[in-house]
Amino acid sequence: MIEQAFKGGKRYNRLMLLLLGLIGVGFGFYLWQFNYGLGITGMSRSVSWGFYIAQFTFLVGVAASAVMLVLPYYLHDYKAFGRITILGEFLAVASVTMCLLFIIVDLGQPIRALNVIFHPTPNSILFWDMIVLNGYLLLNIVIGWKVLEAERNNVHYPGWLKPLIYLSIPWAVSIHTVTAFLYCGLPGRGFWLTAILAPRFLSSAFASGPALLILLCLLIRKISKFDPGLEQIRSLSKIVTYAIILNVFFFLCEVFVVFYSQIPEHMDHFKYLFTGLHGHGVLVPWMWSSLFLMVTAIILLVPPMFRNNTTVLAIACVCVFIGTWIDKGLGMISGGFVPNPLHHVDEYVPTGPELMITLGVYASGIFILSALFKIAVSIKEELHA
Amino acid sequence: MKSSSRRSFLKIAGLAALGIGAGPTIKAFGTIGGHGALQPEASFKKGEKAMEAKQWAMVVDTRKIKSEADIRPMVEACHQIHNVPDQPIDRHAIKWIWPEEFHNAFPGLQSQFISEKIENTSFPVLCNHCENPPCVRVCPTKATFKREEDGIVMMDMHRCIGCRFCMAACPFGARSFNFRDPEPFIKNVNKEYPRRMKGVVEKCNFCAERLAVGKLPACVEASNGILTFGNLYDPQSEVRKLIREHNTIRRKIHLGTKPTIYYII
Repeated sequence: MIEQAFKGGKRYNRLMLLLLGLIGVGFGFYLWQFNYGLGITGMSRSVSWGFYIAQFTFLVGVAASAVMLVLPYYLHDYKAFGRITILGEFLAVASVTMCLLFIIVDLGQPIRALNVIFHPTPNSILFWDMIVLNGYLLLNIVIGWKVLEAERNNVHYPGWLKPLIYLSIPWAVSIHTVTAFLYCGLPGRGFWLTAILAPRFLSSAFASGPALLILLCLLIRKISKFDPGLEQIRSLSKIVTYAIILNVFFFLCEVFVVFYSQIPEHMDHFKYLFTGLHGHGVLVPWMWSSLFLMVTAIILLVPPMFRNNTTVLAIACVCVFIGTWIDKGLGMISGGFVPNPLHHVDEYVPTGPELMITLGVYASGIFILSALFKIAVSIKEELHA
Repeated sequence: MKSSSRRSFLKIAGLAALGIGAGPTIKAFGTIGGHGALQPEASFKKGEKAMEAKQWAMVVDTRKIKSEADIRPMVEACHQIHNVPDQPIDRHAIKWIWPEEFHNAFPGLQSQFISEKIENTSFPVLCNHCENPPCVRVCPTKATFKREEDGIVMMDMHRCIGCRFCMAACPFGARSFNFRDPEPFIKNVNKEYPRRMKGVVEKCNFCAERLAVGKLPACVEASNGILTFGNLYDPQSEVRKLIREHNTIRRKIHLGTKPTIYYII
C-alpha cells in the first residue's frame, strides 16, 4: 500500500516538494533554536509557554475528533461513515505527530526528553499526556492501516482489531481531557482553574476536527475520483453544528461564573483578552474575531437550508476552524499567563523564528497527511472505480 | 545525618530484595537512567557542622525595610554566590530573590487605602519552599523535588528537560528558565557553585550548599537582621519565636501550597 504514496501526479509531487522545502526551512530555524536556546522565541519568565504549546493544544483536539467518525460507525453501526473513517484516523495520525513535534521543539533540553520514561512520575499530568498521545498515535496507525488493507483485499479486518477499535473511542476522549488537565489543575492560574476546561476543549475539538474533515472531503471530491459522499458530509456538518454551539455555550458559562462572581483573579485574564489590561491588549482584536467567527458559523450551520448548501457549508467550516484556532492556538495559553502570578502584565508575541519553526512542524504534519490521504484515496479509487 | 544514611541503606536493601526477583529489569533501568534511584539527587556533601531542620523557614521583618536599597544586598549576595546571570534581555531574566511592591507580592491583599509605609516599601520575594509544592507535583521527571530531610524544594539541573511545567504551576513566579546560555552574563564566577546550561529551570535553593557546612543562607547573612532563618517545627527556634510574638502573613495561603516564608508587617 505504501507504494501509493510515491505514485502521484504532478500536482501531488509538487505539493510534497514544497512541503519538504518548508520542513527544511523550519528545521534550519530549529537548529538555530537548538544552538541558542528558547531565547529566540517570544516566551519569557512570565509567559513561559507560547505558540508551540498552544498549537499542541489545538492539534490534540483535531486528533481527538477522529472519534466522531469511529463512534457512529462502530458503535451505532452507521454504515455511511465506513467510507471515510480512514480519513479521520489518518488525520489523527498526522495531528498527533505534530503534537509530539511541538512538545519536542518546546523543550529546553530535548536531548533529555526520554527522562520522562526513565524517571516515570505518575503524579505529573505530562507523564500521562505522553502515554495517551503515543498510545493514540499507535492505535490509529494500526487500526487505520489494517482496516484499509482489509478493505483493499476485500476481506474483513482481523478479529483482534475490534477491541483496539473500541479502545480507541474512550482513548480519543482521554487525550484531550488529559491535555486540559495539564492546565486546569494549577492552583495559581485563575484562567484555567475551571472544571469546564476539559469539556470546552472537547467541544471545540469536535467542532474544529470534523470541520477540517469536511473541507478535506470536499477537496478530495474535487481533485480525485473518490467521492466521500454527500450523506457523509451532511452528517459531519450536523456534528460540527452541535459541537460549535456547545463550545460557545461552555464559553458563556465560564464568562457568567467569572463576571458574576467578580473574583479579580479570574476576571483579569478575560479582561486582558477581550478589553486589554493596564493598556496591554495585543490579543483583543483576535479574540473578538474568534467569537465573531464562531457565532457566524452557528448562524450558517443551524438552518438546514444553509448547511446543506456545499458552498455555505465550506464557508462555515472555515469560520469554525479559524475561530477555534484563535481561541485555543492564540488566546488559551497566553491568556492564562497574563497577568502573571505577581499581577504584572508582560505580553507575549511570537517571534519570526518561532513562527518559522511552527510552520515547519505544520508542514511535516501536512506532508504526513498528504501521503496517508494519497494512499487511502488511491485505494478507494481502485475499489469504487 | 544518621537517619538519612539509614534511610538510603533501607532504600538500597529494599531494591536489592526486589532485585532477586526482577534483577534484569532493574539493571536495565539502572544503566539507562545513569544516576538512577540509588543516589540521593543533587545533595551536597554534609560537613560536621551541617545545619539540620525538619522544615526550614524564613521570617522577613518588613518593619526594618526602609527602601529597596535594603533588599539589594540580599539579592547581590545570593546572585553572586549562585552564579545567577545578569541577562541583558528583560524577558530572559533569572531571579532567585528580588524586590516587589506590596500589591505584587501579595495580590488579593491590597486594599484601596493602605498605610503609606506599606505602600512605599519593597518586599523581598523568593521561592516559598512550600510544604505542599505544586511545582514538585507537576514535574514529569522528578527533576524538582522536596528534600525529605529538611523540606527544601530543590532542582536537579542534570535531569530537568526544560518543559517549564513547574513555572506554570508555581503561583509565586519563583522560577526562572535559562532561555539562553547564562555563562557570558555571569559577572564574577564563583567556582564553588555549579553553573547552569541553557534550557533548564532554576530557583532559590535556600542555600542548601551553605547549610551543609553550617552556614546561614547568603541572603540572611547580608540582610542586616531583616531575614531570620530556622526550623519551623522547633518551638524554640528563632523563626518560631518571631512568629509567636508578631502578626505575620504569607503569600497566597488560600491556594493551599503552605509557603514557609513569613512576613512581619
